[in-house]
Amino acid sequence: MADKREDLKRVKELIDLMIKNDLVEIEVVEGDSKILLKRPQAMAPVVTQIPMAPVTGLAAAAPAGPRGAEPEKLQEINSPIVGTFYAAPSPDSKPYVRPGSHVDEDTVVCLIEAMKVMNEIKAQMNGTIVEVLCKAGQAVEFGQPLFRVRPD
Amino acid sequence: MFSRILIANRGEIALRIIRACHELGIEAVVVFSQADKDAEYVRLADEAICIGPAPAAQSYLNIPRIISAAEIADVEAIHPGYGFLAENAHFAEICRECGIAFIGPPPEAMRRLGDKVCARELARSARVPVVPGSDSEIADENEAVKVANKIGYPVIIKAAAGGGGRGMRVAHNDISLHGAFAAARAEAEAAFKNGSLYIEKYLSQPRHVEVQVLADKMSNALHFYERDCTIQRRHQKLIEESPCPVLDEATREELCKAALRLIQQAEYVNAATVEFLLDRDKNFYFIEVNTRIQVEHPVTEMVTGHDLIKWQIKIAAGHPLDLRQKDIVHSGVALECRINAEDPQRNFAPCPGTITRFIPPGGMGVRVDTHLHEGCTVSPHYDSMIAKLIVHQKTRDEAIATMKRALREFRIEPIKTTIPACLAILSHHLYIKSDIDTTFIEQKLG
Repeated sequence: MADKREDLKRVKELIDLMIKNDLVEIEVVEGDSKILLKRPQAMAPVVTQIPMAPVTGLAAAAPAGPRGAEPEKLQEINSPIVGTFYAAPSPDSKPYVRPGSHVDEDTVVCLIEAMKVMNEIKAQMNGTIVEVLCKAGQAVEFGQPLFRVRPD
Repeated sequence: MFSRILIANRGEIALRIIRACHELGIEAVVVFSQADKDAEYVRLADEAICIGPAPAAQSYLNIPRIISAAEIADVEAIHPGYGFLAENAHFAEICRECGIAFIGPPPEAMRRLGDKVCARELARSARVPVVPGSDSEIADENEAVKVANKIGYPVIIKAAAGGGGRGMRVAHNDISLHGAFAAARAEAEAAFKNGSLYIEKYLSQPRHVEVQVLADKMSNALHFYERDCTIQRRHQKLIEESPCPVLDEATREELCKAALRLIQQAEYVNAATVEFLLDRDKNFYFIEVNTRIQVEHPVTEMVTGHDLIKWQIKIAAGHPLDLRQKDIVHSGVALECRINAEDPQRNFAPCPGTITRFIPPGGMGVRVDTHLHEGCTVSPHYDSMIAKLIVHQKTRDEAIATMKRALREFRIEPIKTTIPACLAILSHHLYIKSDIDTTFIEQKLG
């Protein structure tokens, strides 16, 4: 029983440490015991409002393969701001969307971090993701294509 | 010294700053709007980041996007150029908070001198003559009438938060004062989000003379002599020159020293221009300080041999102004003509469009500062100035002859420009004698 209380105290200490230092993950190995704690990305408040996402210009169609198929009319989701692209809500979550994911206007497709604020970027169209054009941590400029989408 | 700077501006001044950076071995990052994406100068930068669509509010005035660009490009400093955010103290503060050096004055000094009423106060305490006027903001029309009668008509009503010749109204008597006051108030609210007004005596037929100053972070301040910017149309400068042709050495020295006293009183750092009006008796009166590098800075560069943009960068990086005032020597005469995409025949209506032919002049003593080239488009979203033509010769007559020759060689097609208007001014007998005042264009050129 005493051990359990010790454990709890230790966990509480670690939690305080994490919050104080704004950590999202901590793993402590002591002898043959291991404590792993995770918390959601805390430092960056998630904002849902984006002023005027510039909608999609008509994308260059995906190059036709050797099969000679007619190029598809794809559209692009472009960045409405300047910042850093993240495909997933946190480093070890699944990405918001992948090729094949269906999106509608309000689907959050990615995050763009600007000035320490995480901005949720919405698809603003109905369709299926064909290609993800940016990598996590990549700097993006205004108007930069983020995804190619096959519109419904 | 900085290794990487972001240029929060566009066009000719962005190119000017890119050049200074590259000569100093600094990487230049430029932001651009979608309207400027095909401009050649963008390609000269080491990195270019699109920050928005054409309208300035969504691009060159958009602080979050510019700061984001500075962060992703990992720059150490931002040069704001002139116009846009160059005199925005809030922007300077945000740069400071984000750990990015702002190449200009500290926000406090910018505010002190940017508020025209406060600047007049500082001028008075620095023993700099000011245009007789209100000691503080004018509360209402009744106070305006009292002050106007104390100073004596005619008076000019100005916006405390204004500048650049905007938001000003002249009144010749109590009756017109009421209307002028209301109109000035409304214009100030609209243009500067601040309706505070002050009143000055309206000097008829003044000359506009300004002094270029630099101050470093170690409280050294130096002047680089004066520029005469009397040739203006609707308070927008068109032709500038250095030296002022009618100043004697004693007045010149007094004027330049007065400018320095004011800058030091304000604890200012980096480049500034102190503007004065000169009356027919050669008395000078302080009107305002521009807390930024100015469009016409090349005129001073040509007569003193100093690169003002490089100095701005060096000062911001903490370098001292390792010069003595007597080392700054003034040689010859320099003139600048602003070439605007405007049609003088149609009341200077702006002429945006795509440039199909662009052949700038050359030859000894000729400098052209422009971002323009064939195939680029003059956008309706921005200022109509597209080039600056600067000449430097030993004497004023030679400088005028060279400027006229260069203006005639300059081909910009198919849009209309102010080249013919500049030629007309330079050929006018009053300009040649320099018997001019700020009403010259309106009165004499019609």
